[in-house]
Amino acid sequence: MATDSGKLIIAGRKFSSRLIIGTGKYETYQQNADALAVSGAEIVTVAVRRVNLTNPDEPLLVDYIDPKKTVYLPNTAGCFTGEAAVRTLRLAREAGGWDLVKLEVLSDPKHLYPDMEETMRAAKLLIEDGFEVMVYCSDDPVFARKLEDLGCAAIMPLGAPIGSGLGIQNRVNIRLIVEQSSVPVIVDAGVGTASDATIAMELGCDGVLMNTAIAEAQHPVQMARAMKHAVIAGREAYLAGRMPRKKYADPSSPLAGLI
Amino acid sequence: MQITITINGEQYADLTKGMSVSGLLAHLGLHEKKIAVERNREIVPKSGYKNIALHDGDVLEIITFIGGG
Repeated sequence: MATDSGKLIIAGRKFSSRLIIGTGKYETYQQNADALAVSGAEIVTVAVRRVNLTNPDEPLLVDYIDPKKTVYLPNTAGCFTGEAAVRTLRLAREAGGWDLVKLEVLSDPKHLYPDMEETMRAAKLLIEDGFEVMVYCSDDPVFARKLEDLGCAAIMPLGAPIGSGLGIQNRVNIRLIVEQSSVPVIVDAGVGTASDATIAMELGCDGVLMNTAIAEAQHPVQMARAMKHAVIAGREAYLAGRMPRKKYADPSSPLAGLI
Repeated sequence: MQITITINGEQYADLTKGMSVSGLLAHLGLHEKKIAVERNREIVPKSGYKNIALHDGDVLEIITFIGGG
């Protein structure tokens, strides 16, 4: 469980915002940068790909989102083996010079569920190689514990399949992972709208990572602002402690003194 | 003398023997700061760009950051 109520601390780095956003699927990098600005997010996930050799002058993400001001979190999206993930992140480290990374080793393209066996193997290789690993994982508390024991810097269970926007499907498991973890728990994938992000935070998660929910909204920049508020609202509600659920009504106005 | 190397899966046959990684990047119009280079499955550290010469048959991957989730 989180002990620090103010900042989100990942591998010793402090962040004021508990929202992490992606940089995929936006119409333009400019729209992405605008969404980032209003979201208040301090970390963005980025992909590692071959440069375009036929057009070396095409717009680059770094021209719109400054890696000196925003933490780039290179991911391994598209990798289906531990070796591919490790190779990708080693290149990312050389390109960017930072060691905080997002590990995701996927399985079937239909559901994009993480291959947990490969994820475990890759996490071990990366940690041995000096990386701080934020790991995308299934919402299985057993695997979450194993990943933490390996030394992962953050546990990032899915709320629902990547890009589905279905919201938190298994609140019981997310809550179990939150209760057992001593590193940050960040719901990664599945958020569709603001209330989904709030629910994740109300469950006690330390943060929420989303891409499609903002990028594929009708108005991405407006949704980015909504997500900022949603995450703050959920966090505050979690810290405030909700009232107990009751079976029957309980009047808000006193019954005594009625005329 | 010309050498042939493979860059990002494409063959380049018009390169001069002894060309450095720096020379290649300049030839391709790429900014060193924004990319990373892998040569024959080994990462080339940025400090080695000027000194490491490319050989015939080398296989290079040159990557950058793009939008992703």
